[in-house]
Amino acid sequence: MPRLNSKEDLKALRRKIVGMRDLTKPYITLCSGTACHATGSDAVAAAIQKELEKQGLTEEVGVRRTGCHGFCERGPIIIIYPAEICYLNVTPEDVPEIISKTVKGKEIIERLLYADPNTGERMVHEQDIPFYKYQTRLVFSGNLWVDPTNIEDYIALGGYRALAKALHEMTPEEVLEEVKHANLRGRGGGGFPAGRKWETTRDISGEPKYVIVNCDEGDPGAYMDRSIMEGNPHRVLEGLTIAAYAIGATQGFVYVRQEYPLAVSNLAIALEQAKEYGLLGEDILGSGFGFDVIVHRGAGAFISGESSALMNAIEGKVGEPRPKYVHTSEAGIWDKPSNLNNVETLANVPLIIEKGADWFGSIGTEGSKGTKIFSLVGTVNNTGLVEVPMGTTLRDIIYKIGGGIRGGKRFKGVQTGGPSGGIIPEQYLDSPVDFDELTKLGSMMGSGGMIVIDEDTCIVDLARYFVDFLCDESCGKCVPCREGLKRMREILEDIVAGRGKEGDIELLEEIAVVMKKASLCALGTTAANPTLSTIRYFRDEYEAHIKEKRCPSLVCKNLISYYIEPEKCIACLKCLKNCPEGAIEGEKRVIHVIEQSKCVKCGICYDVCPPKVGAVKKISGKPVPPSLPEAERAIRKGKKKGGESD
Amino acid sequence: MVELDMKVKMNMKRVDEIIERYKGEEGVLIQLLLDIQSEFNWIPREVIARISETMQIPRSQIYRIVSFYKAMSLNPVGRHIIQVCLGTACQVRGAPKILDRVEENLKIKEGDTTSDMRFSLRRVNCLGCCAMGPVVVVDGNYHGKITSAMVEDILEKYE
Repeated sequence: MPRLNSKEDLKALRRKIVGMRDLTKPYITLCSGTACHATGSDAVAAAIQKELEKQGLTEEVGVRRTGCHGFCERGPIIIIYPAEICYLNVTPEDVPEIISKTVKGKEIIERLLYADPNTGERMVHEQDIPFYKYQTRLVFSGNLWVDPTNIEDYIALGGYRALAKALHEMTPEEVLEEVKHANLRGRGGGGFPAGRKWETTRDISGEPKYVIVNCDEGDPGAYMDRSIMEGNPHRVLEGLTIAAYAIGATQGFVYVRQEYPLAVSNLAIALEQAKEYGLLGEDILGSGFGFDVIVHRGAGAFISGESSALMNAIEGKVGEPRPKYVHTSEAGIWDKPSNLNNVETLANVPLIIEKGADWFGSIGTEGSKGTKIFSLVGTVNNTGLVEVPMGTTLRDIIYKIGGGIRGGKRFKGVQTGGPSGGIIPEQYLDSPVDFDELTKLGSMMGSGGMIVIDEDTCIVDLARYFVDFLCDESCGKCVPCREGLKRMREILEDIVAGRGKEGDIELLEEIAVVMKKASLCALGTTAANPTLSTIRYFRDEYEAHIKEKRCPSLVCKNLISYYIEPEKCIACLKCLKNCPEGAIEGEKRVIHVIEQSKCVKCGICYDVCPPKVGAVKKISGKPVPPSLPEAERAIRKGKKKGGESD
Repeated sequence: MVELDMKVKMNMKRVDEIIERYKGEEGVLIQLLLDIQSEFNWIPREVIARISETMQIPRSQIYRIVSFYKAMSLNPVGRHIIQVCLGTACQVRGAPKILDRVEENLKIKEGDTTSDMRFSLRRVNCLGCCAMGPVVVVDGNYHGKITSAMVEDILEKYE
């Protein structure tokens, strides 16, 4: 492929690619993001290839492995064009039937379609499925079409058109003004306006200037950056190059976690191809502007996602934060002006340049423009990646798109903002989601993790989990964060273990104030948020643990006991056989009893007891009832037990 | 240990090849160490000495980096690496019970290796496949939506 030397070259190439594609020809796209890899997308791809060869269809039928479609709960997902028939949870065994019936025979296989859990109604097209129907996919849309290892797929969708426009029709100042006017706020955590950040780096003296993409995405429960980087890397590179042009940078870096191997490899391929096509390197699209990108793999440290720590890591040093009175936008990598943006932020830039700031500003709320991708996970029915306009309510996201809570359980709260965020309770379900609203509720946007929790999650234990996580990830450089987290962890561990005492809650609050005021970086200043927000909304749960030694959600091991209700036990031996500690006594036709001294509370008996029997119970805050005398444990033949006759 | 040392010696040529990729460049130590880690699954002290000599970087600086980052290990690892995800999504779907079960089954704590070098157990904070949680990954094979009762069967698959 000869390199593209002008805007017209790009246009001509796009026309050529689109012209060569026959849109009436059958086409199969297969989701190949990490989650689908894990559920067997590779095996499905191999089966498709094999079956097409077997049926002699390799010429007539096109196959494309795309990035993540977002509905990870139901992967692997395949879509068959031109009819756009969407099949979920596809296995290699389904493939021969799909090719024979649907691809060749235009016949729909009902069982592979999405079925509405409430009505049972089957849906043929992806856009009819409620999970997709209520979304607005602007940033994420390319993932459904593009093979991330093929730059021409991206170009066919209009890719790099925004870059051509910026380089040939706009001055760097105009690009900057457009992004500022759009009020694009950082999608990685703080929500700082990207345009203002760009301007600082642009205006400060010092050469060279650097631009960096942050794909460290350390927040547990958030994976949208990974999916964009894996599924549509050119989109990010295009945004980065536009940023470089506006700022006047000639060198870029992509910082990507090495725990994301597919993102690393797809990115490397994308860089190669962009260079080959003249979209990176010297004299991009014949504009005279030159820009290069180096990939830096992160080595697994949550704190290295913080801007100054990340820049230390790029220099090859330990990824610890620097004091923040010097902004990295002024003195970052090797003390040169360095602009850092998150993956999703940069993926929005081509849209703004192409469609304009006014269009972008028409989506979202007063203070938060555009869409946001959330990873909707936890105990919700439809888990996956969800893109909605800023200002959509939590209820719409969790119930309309997410399909509500699993197993008919009760909604308890939703955790947003990762370990620096908070938990929002039921009474705020109708709050619109944007940067400012979430902050008002004591949480934050963060990178967009949205972890739904139900009545079976203990709030105190969850607060302990976050503090434990941060304790582990704190670099230890400043005292308030290092010691404050340790003390908080000790107190919370005591509370969940039943050793909590009066005054613990107040002490936690006191430590939180000091950490907030005195820590070096945002990890420390926000570390107490999960604890504070749970104390604010769920104080009664803390008090139950401390005063009554009771875990209302029946989670905290030291505060619960397992017990078999003799009236319900059908002596089926299931729990007895599965108990790894041999703590259950009984035999066939003899009611089972847990010997409390041997029980390690692993909960296996609870999990394996047949749901319709439901004899194994969890008890907290009261003593275990005495076990039935041995003489009374026999179950007589014909006696009804737990609704079943023996 | 002796056996492992031998293995490292035999592979020193490979180490030199990796170092060669980065020689004379600035800020590459982390990338170099990551390559070593993925080659050997850990970073032996002999290798650190070799990097120090060839790249003219003090050993203390290399140890500081290796001990800071989670992706790097100063200890040899077992034949199979088990990663139990404790990201928030897995956490609220019961991952702690899974980790307990694996620990009790293997009689080791997370971060350790069994004495027969069969398994190394690691706890990880989010593997980004939250929809499948709780997730356990053994040697790169994902096992999703697992319960405590499934742990034993999964471990048995890896000799």
